[in-house]
Amino acid sequence: MDAKTVYKPGKGLTNRNLSYCPGCTHGIIHKLVGEVLEEKNLIDNTIGVASVGCSVMSYEFFNCDMHQAAHGRAPAVATGVKRVKPDKTVFTYQGDGDLASIGLAEIVHAAHRGENITVIFVNNAIYGMTGGQMAPTTLIGQKTTTSPFGREKAQAGEPLRISELLATVPGATYLERVSVHDPKHVKKAKKAIEKAFDVQEKKQGFSLIEFISTCPVQWGIQPYEATRWAVDNMIPYFPLGVFKDATGGEKDE
Amino acid sequence: MAKVLMKGNEAMALAAIKGGCDAFFGYPITPQNELPEYLSKHMKEHGRVFVQAESEVAAINMVYGAGGSGARVLTSSSSPGIALKQEGISYLAGSEVPCVIINVMRGGPGLGGIQPAQSDYMQITRGGGNGDYHTLAFAPENLQETVDIIKESFSLADEYRNPVMIAADGLLGQMMEPVDMERTKNVEEAPDKPWAATGESGKRGYRNKIVSLFLDPNDLEDHNLKLQSKYNRMKREQQRYELIHTEDCEIVFVAYGSMARIARSAIDALRSQGVKVGMIRPISIWPFPKKAFDNLPKSVHTLLTLEMSLGQMIEDVQIVNQGRYTLDFFGRTGGVVPEPEEIVEKVLSMKEGAK
Repeated sequence: MDAKTVYKPGKGLTNRNLSYCPGCTHGIIHKLVGEVLEEKNLIDNTIGVASVGCSVMSYEFFNCDMHQAAHGRAPAVATGVKRVKPDKTVFTYQGDGDLASIGLAEIVHAAHRGENITVIFVNNAIYGMTGGQMAPTTLIGQKTTTSPFGREKAQAGEPLRISELLATVPGATYLERVSVHDPKHVKKAKKAIEKAFDVQEKKQGFSLIEFISTCPVQWGIQPYEATRWAVDNMIPYFPLGVFKDATGGEKDE
Repeated sequence: MAKVLMKGNEAMALAAIKGGCDAFFGYPITPQNELPEYLSKHMKEHGRVFVQAESEVAAINMVYGAGGSGARVLTSSSSPGIALKQEGISYLAGSEVPCVIINVMRGGPGLGGIQPAQSDYMQITRGGGNGDYHTLAFAPENLQETVDIIKESFSLADEYRNPVMIAADGLLGQMMEPVDMERTKNVEEAPDKPWAATGESGKRGYRNKIVSLFLDPNDLEDHNLKLQSKYNRMKREQQRYELIHTEDCEIVFVAYGSMARIARSAIDALRSQGVKVGMIRPISIWPFPKKAFDNLPKSVHTLLTLEMSLGQMIEDVQIVNQGRYTLDFFGRTGGVVPEPEEIVEKVLSMKEGAK
């Protein structure tokens, strides 16, 4: 019987084994970014910036030139890269502890300056790598290792909504929140990534795609329960959709 | 080219342009503001990059990105701002990203003041960031020397793939002095950087990563050993100093930067009274110029360390001295710039005490 190739790994990712846990969506998001870079023929001309957190090793996974930034500083590093390499595609890959907490100034000001970069922002409402501590995005009532009784508004405030926050920044061009909890949403998420890199290619400015993600290990639930938990708990607070599109009315499809 | 009268901070900025600086990232802080202001006006006309960052922290990380992608990069700041940059400097050293950092020092600790000081010696030479690393650090005493060293620093940073720190101070930044911008050669072209993450993995045939993370302790130790051998090479190749009237002296000053400049006047005054003093002027403060102490004449009995701090470089002098000479110290701090007469008095009181 003749063998027929129905699926093979793309060229956007290296052949290194991913370091992510079962049930985590980093793998899907990596694959989507890799596919978009490959399909847009950008891999050989791209410079990525890894952050600190579970995706710290992403410089080993994306098959392009990479920087590994200090915690929260990826948008500043990307600014430095893009300013001296304006014709290269530049993206950051950051989690919510990195981007929404320690790196809040860097992300807001990169957007504020209208840096022509793309940010892949993975929000799983917790610090994964360091052991499940409370993040700025942790939901009210959510138990973490530093909110063992559940996050209390009086003590820790309410979770930050980054896409909504950045939508108030004049310099931001394209902001969309997506999810990868089922095939339909995965396809939609890929379209969003394509759009974001389009914005950059057309030199239209700052684009950020926020992904609702999962962390079954630190959430303390099974992988198969994690996507359901994200849909039931995160999406109501972090609604999906386009929060800003200042590309001049160009619509997808 | 003829000499032109320039303000220190502006001369430093122009020297960076002459040295081939492609990009500047900085954040306002006194007393170095004329430096970024000058570059904001003139980098554009040279087709180069100027960005005012949202903080010193962001600025040094922009330096990391631009330097890691192959550009010749500069940032400048003053003491508390340099403190904020230390995390990034550690990453730059760990990832072997070249850059030049100008510190126009002011008094500390904390917010301190805005007047000249040399109280960042430890921060500069010991590394304020984490890990076993060093930055090459030069401490010029006048604007001509500052200009020459800044121009050369971009090449040195590239040669060693390491940050280079210029330890200036508020006096050098704010004073005006004639400088010849063309005394040393201008370096416009950077060398090839096959290691840089330039976004050309296709053309290059391999992928570049700018990384300071090594999760396996054996790999991290190997990386540190590699860095260490580079630092040892710097120690062999970059010890710089000037000897002033040491040939017949009994007391040798050890002073750098603005303090050395003041000490020169004190030397003249003391020599006119028949007091035989001279000076070792470290130009590199890391590596510390240990060689300078090796061939002092037999007449020397005391090393007097002079600093615009309460005694930081003196620890290096103690290490080098190994009990050979009597050590003494004079310093003013907090932004107080001493008069030459204060040094003269100190020396005369030492001689009095020795009787």
